[in-house]
Amino acid sequence: MRASGKPAKGETRFQRYIASVKYAKHVIFHPFDGFWDLVHEKRGSIGAAHTFLALFLLAYVLRLMYTNFQFMTAPLQYINIYEQCASLLLPFLIICISNWALSTLFDGKGYFKDIYMALCYALVPYFLIQLPLVAISHFISFDEVAYYNVLAGISVIWPVFLVFVALMQVHDYTPGKAFIFLFVTIFGALVILFLILVFFSLLSDAAAYFVSLYREIVFRLH
Amino acid sequence: MKSFTRVMTMILAIVTLVSSIQAFASEDGNFTNYTYNYDYWQDEIEMPDAYRVEQVVYSGTLGLETPMNKPQSLYIRGNRVYVADTGNNRVLEIERQGNQFKLLQIIDKIKGAQPETLSSPSDMFVDEAGNIYIADTNNQRIIKADKDLNFVMSFVKPTDPTFGEGDFLPARMVVDVSGRVYALATNINKGLIKYEADGIFAGFIGANPVTYTMFEYIWKTFFTSKAQRAQQAAFVPTEYSNIAIDEEGFIYATNAVFSEYDLLWDNAKPIRRLNSIGNDILVKNGWLPPIGDIYWEEQSIEHGPSKFKDITVLENDIYVAFDRTRGRLFGYDSQGILLWAFGNKGNTEGTFNGAVSIEHMGNDLYCLDELGCTITVFRPTDYGNLIFEASDQYLKGDYDASADTWREVLKLNANYNLAFIGIGRALMRQENFEEAMKYFRMAYDQENYGRAYRYFRKERIEENIGWIVAIAVVLIAVILILRVIRKMKWEVQEYESKRKAR
Repeated sequence: MRASGKPAKGETRFQRYIASVKYAKHVIFHPFDGFWDLVHEKRGSIGAAHTFLALFLLAYVLRLMYTNFQFMTAPLQYINIYEQCASLLLPFLIICISNWALSTLFDGKGYFKDIYMALCYALVPYFLIQLPLVAISHFISFDEVAYYNVLAGISVIWPVFLVFVALMQVHDYTPGKAFIFLFVTIFGALVILFLILVFFSLLSDAAAYFVSLYREIVFRLH
Repeated sequence: MKSFTRVMTMILAIVTLVSSIQAFASEDGNFTNYTYNYDYWQDEIEMPDAYRVEQVVYSGTLGLETPMNKPQSLYIRGNRVYVADTGNNRVLEIERQGNQFKLLQIIDKIKGAQPETLSSPSDMFVDEAGNIYIADTNNQRIIKADKDLNFVMSFVKPTDPTFGEGDFLPARMVVDVSGRVYALATNINKGLIKYEADGIFAGFIGANPVTYTMFEYIWKTFFTSKAQRAQQAAFVPTEYSNIAIDEEGFIYATNAVFSEYDLLWDNAKPIRRLNSIGNDILVKNGWLPPIGDIYWEEQSIEHGPSKFKDITVLENDIYVAFDRTRGRLFGYDSQGILLWAFGNKGNTEGTFNGAVSIEHMGNDLYCLDELGCTITVFRPTDYGNLIFEASDQYLKGDYDASADTWREVLKLNANYNLAFIGIGRALMRQENFEEAMKYFRMAYDQENYGRAYRYFRKERIEENIGWIVAIAVVLIAVILILRVIRKMKWEVQEYESKRKAR
């Protein structure tokens, strides 16, 4: 058994990283086996997970910008790339956190690191399909939109299925429990969002109190 | 004192704001309308005026002793303008001579009719032979007279049991080539009332189908008692607000009673083109269905969706709808694409308070305001004429000329999508697909772009078929050779390891 993150004997760090990236192929085609070994046999690495997340964001942005206008007309004049990336990253992180927080309470075996890694590996099919699809979109016409839609649909359904398997294997859950946990995770994420909103609105109220206090004092002193 | 200054500043701000909106004056000093269109992103894009006010006709212009009172409708045949002066129980016949309008006669009685006088006439129609049909509302009849105003016949309330109780108040009507009369009557929502030429009631056409959603159905069936159901308002189809007939005999109907929610999903269908059995066959190929304004300015005084009071059909199936909410005119082409929109609420030239009726003489538009009692004549500008000319040339099959005309339009308005599409379509007819794709791309026309691209791709593949086959053959050969080499390598290794082991 290899220690996570550390290269094994006779293996450089870089070789270890390449091996973990290549392992994604096994994960997406044999998810039940793949996700179990990914976490429990330490076949994955956080570095590879970061890479996949970055590629996912890249694919999302390239899709918006360079898909042929027959299939995608994003209002580029209004789009801010950083905003788009943030709107994907924040929910992703919140879902990781909520899943970790809730699974800890319900017999989940996964650490936060494991959850993050498994979810990143689950995103692999998205960019594997979407990146070529951006190119393909320039070679097909509007009538052939069905092919485009089928591939685009697969690129979403496949990762969703992988996320489900990933959560099941990482936490050693039964399929039923994993399925329920998908919804529990989303609910948890909404609660976290709510708490963030409440926190910031209270914070701004508190700040406003001191600001008005200061203004009142200044006004009285004059 | 402080609050007083604040109020004064506010008033001043409003006044400057309003005056800046009102005082449109173009570079040549003419009064201009704010004319606009929607782009692909559904943003409002200002464009040059397609129409400008040519003149406004008042009661005084016509030398009327009693001024017009709540006129309800206009009708134009040739160069004669008919006005239903409803409040004065008469119909005015006006002739246009050059730039002058001359009152020909005041029709207030029909010889030989019972009774002879008109009572609140609200619409009229004149056929080819010069027979005049008048919707004599409060006398509950549609009266037909020959050109010397002798009574011919009248269309009265049908005795048919399907017609129901209550008064028969015909409000709007058209007559087709064979003399059939189609009428709208107040409080009758079963569609258009159709009469044969001999005056026999021939049924209703074009009624709104009564639909309800799954949710309404379930609610009604399981969650309401019989008594409640009886109390609930019935699902009533809407009434049309006006009708017009085009040269081919299709009836255009407008509908101003709907919920805003239906409008967004194009279930309200405020403009319809009815065929002889009453089905809506309006073509809608635009990004937006023909519903008028798409921004309803909730905060302002004139809010809510456009409510079309009348419609008129020009040549080449271009139709113009007249909106009561903001006094605007919306021109759509035969594909249901917005050509231009202009007009506003107000009392100045080219604005309306009581938009009620629109007709056309050639390409000139005549708009009737029932509150101001004015007829406003709009005449197309050079730019407006170019748009008409280009679509006319295209429909006649003169694609090169149409492309040239569209290029002229682009010189005046580089934001006009239809011009790009028009040029693209002409280029496609000339089999210049690559160039056509560029124009469709600029107009965000995905469907036409796809079509042009398919031809372009086919052309390219046919040109280079030799290369494509060659590359494919070479690729396959390389793969096969690599496989063989690998196999040989493997066999050599196997052999050597066996020899070592021995």
